Amino acid sequence: MTAVPDTWLILGASSTIARAFARAAAAANANIVLAGRDVSDLEATAADLRVRFNQRVEVVEFDARAPATHAQVFDRAKTFAGPSTLNLFLAFAVMPTQAVIDADPRLVQDIIDTNFTAAVQILQRAAILFEEQRRGRVVVIGSVAGDRGRLRNYVYGATKAGLHAYLQGLRARLWRSGVSVTTIKPGPVDTALTFGSDRLPLLADPDKVGAACLKAALDGREVAYVPAPWRLIMMILCAIPEKFFKKLNV
Amino acid sequence: MTWREMEISGWGRSSTARVRAARPERPREIEAALAQAKAADKLRPRDLIARGGGRAYGDSALNDGGHVLLTTRLNRLLGFDPRTAEVVCEPGISFADLLATFLPRGLMVPASPGTAFATVGGAVAADVHGKNHDRHGSFGDHVRWFELLLADGTTRRVSADTDPELFAATIGGMGLTGLLRSVCFRLLPGARPNVTVREQRMASIDHFLTAFTEIRETATFSVGWIDALARGASLGRGVLETAEFAAEERPFRPRKARAVPVDVPHVVLNRWSIRAFNELYFRRVPTGGRERLRSVAEFLYPLDSIRDWNRIYGRRGFYQFQAVIPDVAAPVALRQLLETIAGAGKASFLAVLKTLGRAGRGYLSFPIRGHTLALDFPRGPGTDELLRRLEAITLDHGGRIYLAKDALLSPASLRAMYPGLPQFEEVLRRVDPDAVFTSDQARRLGLKPPR
Repeated sequence: MTAVPDTWLILGASSTIARAFARAAAAANANIVLAGRDVSDLEATAADLRVRFNQRVEVVEFDARAPATHAQVFDRAKTFAGPSTLNLFLAFAVMPTQAVIDADPRLVQDIIDTNFTAAVQILQRAAILFEEQRRGRVVVIGSVAGDRGRLRNYVYGATKAGLHAYLQGLRARLWRSGVSVTTIKPGPVDTALTFGSDRLPLLADPDKVGAACLKAALDGREVAYVPAPWRLIMMILCAIPEKFFKKLNV
Repeated sequence: MTWREMEISGWGRSSTARVRAARPERPREIEAALAQAKAADKLRPRDLIARGGGRAYGDSALNDGGHVLLTTRLNRLLGFDPRTAEVVCEPGISFADLLATFLPRGLMVPASPGTAFATVGGAVAADVHGKNHDRHGSFGDHVRWFELLLADGTTRRVSADTDPELFAATIGGMGLTGLLRSVCFRLLPGARPNVTVREQRMASIDHFLTAFTEIRETATFSVGWIDALARGASLGRGVLETAEFAAEERPFRPRKARAVPVDVPHVVLNRWSIRAFNELYFRRVPTGGRERLRSVAEFLYPLDSIRDWNRIYGRRGFYQFQAVIPDVAAPVALRQLLETIAGAGKASFLAVLKTLGRAGRGYLSFPIRGHTLALDFPRGPGTDELLRRLEAITLDHGGRIYLAKDALLSPASLRAMYPGLPQFEEVLRRVDPDAVFTSDQARRLGLKPPR
């Protein structure tokens, strides 16, 4: 807890992980700007954070796919934050199942536009703001699926792999301004996205993931796997030669 | 809306169901789920029941072959007015969350069941009571209004003034009138984080009844733990706990939750092992009684510190019996119930004896002024028969069975126990003529038609 509470701008704030993160951050005395498309849902989350944690919360309409809306999100967040440190949590993404994508090639555009293009556009804009602020935290939700392309999730995985590479560069750029960039690589989390797929192994509790994201950010971690064992799992998965890996039904 | 085929069970694990479940996170997804359940293909029953914390013991929140709406992700607080202590929340919020938010501000949930994992939606549906019922009534007594999504897809804001019949059918209505979207209820002021718990040994059921006569008028919280295997002169012996909010502060130290990691083989639980446990439980309180400082959670939710405690009864699961007997009949009826239980020698952990102060506001509200006895029975040969005998004794003395615990009640007994049933059915004919909202329990009890 700090004397002047930080402000977290959360993009894609209706997602399960973003909601959990917002609660974790507000519980740790941060003020929150919730940005996303479903404003009435975000108003409910805002009310929840105000009642539970007595924090200041604001809702901003935001569509990752509409670049024209990007600038005003940062303007509103900056005004709301005032003298406090503004941090950024980027959580928006889409994840249709691979079978759905394979059935309709046109879907690819939407996934790449949202998960990669829009994220990069926004972060490029944010970089300028953070270089001016000269402090703060940037947290972006990547995925273990971006560590290795696999049969069941490779388009989504590819967008996240691209994002990971982008974040490595952004991290180097913002480090020079005293700003940390944390790439979160969650394993499968028990969210609305994964609810229908009963093939997935043990799903992580979103509240724990939200808390782990906050801790990773405040510790200034570069890359954090949540839950932590996924670092080891991915090390093993990445060590399998492509020759064999291509034959696996994963 | 994403649907998933899954197998679910009541908390007692004796009732199970294969269902098609959805877990909305946003209010508008509740409507989508209802529309999709109503439009399901012909092979699938076009019906739905809401399910919260999954703490009902029997088949209240099961809907075999049909749809289930899991509400646990609809857990936001939507508003709070410190002047009136009124809270508005989504139905899936748990008592644990309410306590964590409001107890530090000196506000208490007005009525709480014995587990903090229960949700507000479930509390409305079962009109739950707690250890303070004599003083403060059941949950429904504190509900100001709720928003209910009806079978026809419209949402109504319902209060005791705007639609008294629908209000009374929904409080204690086991989720059969519609889907809650939000609930407004009032918290109680004057709460503290800790309670002073006074424990006293009670040598028999008569001692209990005498003690309750006095303390139900004065104590904020009271509950009795009975050794259900004791017989003869010790019949109904146990420990009486009363509690008051303590002025004393104690640093809050969250308890480490332990878990029952496996299903306990049923041979471990037998009349001897349980007799020994009950004996220890009785003896740990000195003859002169004692006083201890406890956190509110420790006092209200003694079993919540053991995650999945229901696995202690093994894979076959267990039943919970809970009945309330009107005061006038209580001395005779409780004796008969306890003699029947002790005589059957069915292994059961401690039984719970409480007093209830007044009737609830719902047509099917469980509380009436009287004494309520609750206990578990591992499922096994003869258990169904024993529960039927207990049901008959309850009925003979003008008592009733708690639907949130029930798995075996018959439609005829239900009708005899709940005189508000015709009015309840009248409301259902109005708001849910096609039985869109139904559960395994509702069909078993004839509250809803068979498919």
